[in-house]
Amino acid sequence: MIAGLYRDGNSVLHRAQAGAKILAMVALGTGVFLIPDWPVVSLVLVSVIVLYRISGFGWATMTAQIKPMFWLLAIFFAVQLWLNDWQAGLLVITRIAAIVMFASLVTLTTKTSDMLASLERAMRPLKPLGVNPEKVSLAISMVLRFIPVIATVASEIRDAQRARGLDRSILAMIVPLIIRTLKMADDVADAIEARSFD
Amino acid sequence: MIRFENVSVQFDARRALEDIDLTLSQKRIGIIGANGSGKSTFVRLLNGLQTATSGRVLIDDLDPVKDGRKVRRHVGFVFQNPDNQIVYPVVEEDLAFGLKALKLPKDEINRRIDEILARYDLSDFKTHPSHLLSGGQKQLLAISGVLVMEPRYIVLDEPTTLLDLRNRNRVEHAIADLDQTVITVSHDLDLIAGYDRVLVFENGRIVIDDIPANAISKYREMMA
Repeated sequence: MIAGLYRDGNSVLHRAQAGAKILAMVALGTGVFLIPDWPVVSLVLVSVIVLYRISGFGWATMTAQIKPMFWLLAIFFAVQLWLNDWQAGLLVITRIAAIVMFASLVTLTTKTSDMLASLERAMRPLKPLGVNPEKVSLAISMVLRFIPVIATVASEIRDAQRARGLDRSILAMIVPLIIRTLKMADDVADAIEARSFD
Repeated sequence: MIRFENVSVQFDARRALEDIDLTLSQKRIGIIGANGSGKSTFVRLLNGLQTATSGRVLIDDLDPVKDGRKVRRHVGFVFQNPDNQIVYPVVEEDLAFGLKALKLPKDEINRRIDEILARYDLSDFKTHPSHLLSGGQKQLLAISGVLVMEPRYIVLDEPTTLLDLRNRNRVEHAIADLDQTVITVSHDLDLIAGYDRVLVFENGRIVIDDIPANAISKYREMMA
């Protein structure tokens, strides 16, 4: 889960400002698409791998970040090989791998609260336009927090409906999920109010 | 001191609380009653989550409706399901949530977080994703999230209902060690057996107000 990616540490990247890391991520994401040569993009990817080592992460952590993308990268490579040549295929997959690996590295070395604090700071100039940075930040954190909670609720409902022989009914899954989520939203709103957030 | 002055709460056609008039000055107050008897409505009045249709509630002379922010600062509320109370994805971030709302300095926030985590043996879980904690740890985190705010009163709404016996006992000990005034709504009669005073609710009224031994025994007869 997204919320569980941060790993404690004291490396340069762990200590770096969250805002600087997010900016670097945007720059890298844009930069690799401006570079037309696969050897140069490969060098960027190697640099990202070096950053993993500097940040204290081993090969297992590194491969875990890219493993879920493996088949997608294989398909992209095959399509490029069919439409163009192997160099074009290599260019596409090294670009995607560099971006995904760096984004994961930023998440691994940055606390959600630090990322949200940077976001809050970045949104402050929008206050006169009616944007409330604290509320936006709270909303994002709650999305991260409640993804696993709602997944658990969905799993409970699926088991209950399966026990009643309704495992093929989408309605039997969706209706209780919506009702429980709305009830939960009410309770969470009360809890937030009770914890002095206005 | 908490004061209820002729408080009634009406939900459309249903009267949830009727003419409650009492003073709560004891350190441990238990609230019991059947489902829908008005227990939760009663405690929700304490920090302004619910407003009275008539009468008024005073918490140390403050009205939760008029002085909501001040009252919520002094009345911490722990809900039945900790999953609905924990709003941040990481343990320390959730504990910092209420403290940031109070605009406390960062050092003070960190001090309070470290202190409360050590108190409940959760220090190793400081940077842990909150959804991966056990049920008991989540309830302790929810209680911690309230305690870091240093309230004078703590309201617990069925805090042990979703817990297994071991975690229930952990929460019971945690409550017993609190210095604050504690008001507990519960179906767990053992939890409130050692309290100073127990109120029994039925159909929106307080039908028994006594020491736990008497109140629980009469309540058992009522429910038989």
